[in-house]
Amino acid sequence: MSKYTEDDLKVELENKEYEYGFFTDIESETFPIGLNEDIVRAISKKKEEPQWMTDWRIEAFRAWTEMEEPEWANVNYEKPDFQAISYYSAPKKKDKYESLDEVDPELLETFKKLGISLDEQKKLAGVAMDIVVDSVSVATTFKKTLAEKGIIFCSISEAIREYPELVQKYIGTVVPQKDNFYAALNSAVFSDGSFCYIPKGVKCPMELSTYFRINQGGTGQFERTLVIADEGSYVSYLEGCTAPSRDENQLHAAVVELIALDDAEIKYSTVQNWYPGNKEGKGGVFNFVTKRGLCEKNAKISWTQVETGSAVTWKYPSCVLKGDNSIGEFYSIAVTNNFQQADTGTKMIHLGKNTKSTIISKGISAGKSQNSYRGLVQISSRADNARNFSQCDSLLMGNNCGAHTFPYIESKNTSAKIEHEATTSKIGEDQVFYCNQRGIPTEKAIALIVNGFSKEVLNKLPMEFAVEAQKLLEISLEGSVG
Amino acid sequence: MLNIKNLHASVEDKEILKGINLEIKAGEVHAIMGPNGAGKSTLSSIIAGNENYEVSEGEIFLDGEEISEFAPEERAHKGIFLSFQYPVEIPGVSVTNFIKTAINESRKANGQEEMPANEMLKKIREKSELLEMDRKFLSRSLNEGFSGGEKKRNEIFQMAMLEPKIAILDETDSGLDIDALRIVANGVNKLKNENNAVLVITHYQRLLDYIVPDFVHVLMDGKIVKSGDASLALELEEKGYDWIKQEQEA
Repeated sequence: MSKYTEDDLKVELENKEYEYGFFTDIESETFPIGLNEDIVRAISKKKEEPQWMTDWRIEAFRAWTEMEEPEWANVNYEKPDFQAISYYSAPKKKDKYESLDEVDPELLETFKKLGISLDEQKKLAGVAMDIVVDSVSVATTFKKTLAEKGIIFCSISEAIREYPELVQKYIGTVVPQKDNFYAALNSAVFSDGSFCYIPKGVKCPMELSTYFRINQGGTGQFERTLVIADEGSYVSYLEGCTAPSRDENQLHAAVVELIALDDAEIKYSTVQNWYPGNKEGKGGVFNFVTKRGLCEKNAKISWTQVETGSAVTWKYPSCVLKGDNSIGEFYSIAVTNNFQQADTGTKMIHLGKNTKSTIISKGISAGKSQNSYRGLVQISSRADNARNFSQCDSLLMGNNCGAHTFPYIESKNTSAKIEHEATTSKIGEDQVFYCNQRGIPTEKAIALIVNGFSKEVLNKLPMEFAVEAQKLLEISLEGSVG
Repeated sequence: MLNIKNLHASVEDKEILKGINLEIKAGEVHAIMGPNGAGKSTLSSIIAGNENYEVSEGEIFLDGEEISEFAPEERAHKGIFLSFQYPVEIPGVSVTNFIKTAINESRKANGQEEMPANEMLKKIREKSELLEMDRKFLSRSLNEGFSGGEKKRNEIFQMAMLEPKIAILDETDSGLDIDALRIVANGVNKLKNENNAVLVITHYQRLLDYIVPDFVHVLMDGKIVKSGDASLALELEEKGYDWIKQEQEA
């Protein structure tokens, strides 16, 4: 019988292993498990950091020990044992590579499996890559072109060594060490990450792109990203993630700080595809991220994210609209399937006059997953004529998943205009049958419907990312119509 | 081309079709008429492969191949097209993107390469002109906010693009004003040739003034109770369905 039912599809997909679930056997240098001040000092020493950086980490560590893990998010998970994690892991080869020939062939193979081989990426005009594998940058391309414009794009460790004054001036100014439990932990133990500085008036000629990847079993990844767009500059930054599959949960607690000075614009796009756990909800990455940007006068920050991975996601890319006339935007697609849980959204803090913010959130839930939007729009008393528009749409597949919306609005200024729209819909059998009748198989039909639903956000992504994001949506959503 | 033999079908244990026999040859236009609840839409849904209906008995042949176990998309790939009575909305998916996907999925299933973009564009332009569609229409989300007439016109546009062997028009005239009706019927007539066939399902004679059938069948209570030529439709229009009912009972 040639009939292929939704149930067949469901079974097939559940059996489908995580596409990127492989493990690269590169000899790694890994610290013993556990966390104390000595480990923090050792990390700092390993990275040849100046004293101020070590002190900064210690300060964060001490604050962290006093803090408690937050419990307000709409997620349930077994709390990580922070003493059972190794806080540093670097591929053994320490030297920087001049060309691809020098890079460990196995590592290149890993990139190939991910479909992001450097070869390919190098050819893709206009994309410079700073690839982070297990926390240490192993290859950077297009550095020269960027250097000509005075753009700095390197690992944060390198920035701490080479541009300490810039790092010292800005690190922790948007996300302070004590901001929250995970930000404090990250501040204490961050292993690597990216640093980017765009000088005054410079428009970055290419999309800057970083691929993060967790590679060593049992190591948490604590990335730290700092992007500074000086007055009147522009940069578009892409962050994409995949992780190999693991049985034990892996913790990821990144901090991203964006600083857009007067008249500057930062566009930050993320595609997150970390291992979501298997169909029983076993394994998967815990993704507890603090992302925040600060806008000075007439500045603009746009966050665009496509979140399809991780077992538990806890993430609120936010904008502090400090300067007058500044603009904050948040475009998000969050997909959850099987037992995934996502609690994500944004905070738009309006401090300056005539500040504007836009929030478009698309949540897609399938399987037994729970998908929550949590957003805060805050208008301070001196933010005259502030405006916000929020739209939160949820798409449900099947009868066992959940979509939740928690919008918080706090306005202390009567001139504020705040709009909030929300919808919830379900993929209907009639929609699928209609597509089928036109020759479109169910799997493809779902992808089509979901892409249509997510279109407003997908359109905000840079071209090369949009294609990848669409593919990810297809992979993560297959198999859940009811 | 399409041959239906002793088709019985039910939904939720209620028998709706009680032994349908129908043969449609290439180049023919058939019309099925009948009162509400006779099973007209059920028949079209079953031919298209809607899995909400249970076929308990009988066979459906397309070009000699028994297709009643085929998935709806396989039937579509083999050339069955259904113009829906109530086309569904798919927000965010443009008319162009949808038809492009549909065409390429069918081509893929039939072992062909994707249609080159320029060829696709040319065809879209040609067929949309045939149906007097505004170019802006093509970039709108599929059926979202479409008027009744726009929806039906879009169905026929898709039919023109997909070039099916057999097109089933389920109440295509409902919701159409007289101008739209003429455009839609004109489109269907232009697409008609000796290698394909059309099955028109309708309540009223109106559409049949424009799409003239070779055969008219009256469907009542799950059975074809009377068949004839185009004049039967006119007779029905005049006398109503009760006349046939009485004839049956007599």
